[in-house]
Amino acid sequence: MRWLWIDSILDHEPQKRLVAIKSVSLAEDHIHQHFEAGPDGPAQPLMPASLMLEGMAQTAGILVGSVRDFSEKVILAKVTHASFERDVTPGQSIKYDAVIERMDDAGASTTGVISAFDHRSGVWTEIGRTEIIFSHVDKNMSGLDLPDHNFVFGENFRSILSQLLPARQ
Amino acid sequence: MSRDEVLEKVRGVLVDALGVDDDEVTPTARLTTDLHAESIDFLDIVFRLEKAFGFKIGQGELFPDNINDPKYVKDGKVTVEGLALLRQRMPHVDFSSFAADPRLERVSEVFTVGSLVDFVGRKLQSPPES
Repeated sequence: MRWLWIDSILDHEPQKRLVAIKSVSLAEDHIHQHFEAGPDGPAQPLMPASLMLEGMAQTAGILVGSVRDFSEKVILAKVTHASFERDVTPGQSIKYDAVIERMDDAGASTTGVISAFDHRSGVWTEIGRTEIIFSHVDKNMSGLDLPDHNFVFGENFRSILSQLLPARQ
Repeated sequence: MSRDEVLEKVRGVLVDALGVDDDEVTPTARLTTDLHAESIDFLDIVFRLEKAFGFKIGQGELFPDNINDPKYVKDGKVTVEGLALLRQRMPHVDFSSFAADPRLERVSEVFTVGSLVDFVGRKLQSPPES
C-alpha cells in the first residue's frame, strides 16, 4: 500500500490553489476497521477524519512544494485548525480544495475546504475545514543533520505526481 | 494604536496560536518557558501577527533566522559579533540575560509577550516598505 490519499488533481492555480479528489471505496481495508461490527451494533464503514486531514495535507503540501518547483523540503509543521461536520461513506468522492494564505522563505500557511460528492444526489456538500502550516525544513532546522537530497519530493513521488497533475498549459 | 490595544491584539494572537488562556499572556511571560511555544509556533505567530496588524514581517526580523556563520556561533555559543548582530537586528528584545549564558539553544528564551508588543509598536510607527 502506498501512502497516497488523493487520486487525482482537478485544478491547479500556480502559487495559489490546488484541488484534488479521492474516491472512497469499500475495497479499502481501513474503511472496515472504522468502524467494525461489535456488541453495540453492525459495521459502520466511514472514511476516517484523520485520513481526510492527511489527504488535505498532501494536497496543500503539493501546492506549497510546487511554488518552488519541489526544490524545498516541505514538511507539515502544525495543524492549527481541523473541523469535520459530516461523515463520508464508501461510494462518495472527497474534494480537497487548498489555498495558500501566506508564504515566505520559512514556510507557508494554508486553508482548506473538504467536500463530499454523493453520486446518488449529484450534490457536493462541504464537510470540513482545515488550516495547516508547512515549513521549509532547511530554512528552519539549523543544526539538524538532514540529508541533502529532497526526501519529501523524491524521484518516485515526482513520477507519480506527473500522472496526477492536469496537463500543463 | 495604544500599547494596551496592541497588547490585547497580541494576546489574541498568542491565545489562538498556542492554546493558552488570556490571563497567562502577561507582558513578562516568556514565549517558550512560560507559554510553551515550540520552534514551529514562531512561524505561526509571525503569520498571525501579519494578519492581525496588516503588515509584512521579513524572515529574521521578529525572531532570529538560521545562524550558521561560524563568525556568529562557535562551539554552540553565540559570539560577541553574533550578539551584536542580534541586538542590531532585534532592538525589540532585551538580550542582557542571554548575554551572560549565550548558548544558542537558549536564544528563543529571550522572547517575551512584551518584546512582541514592542516589535509591533515599532512596526506600526515605521513607514511601510515600498
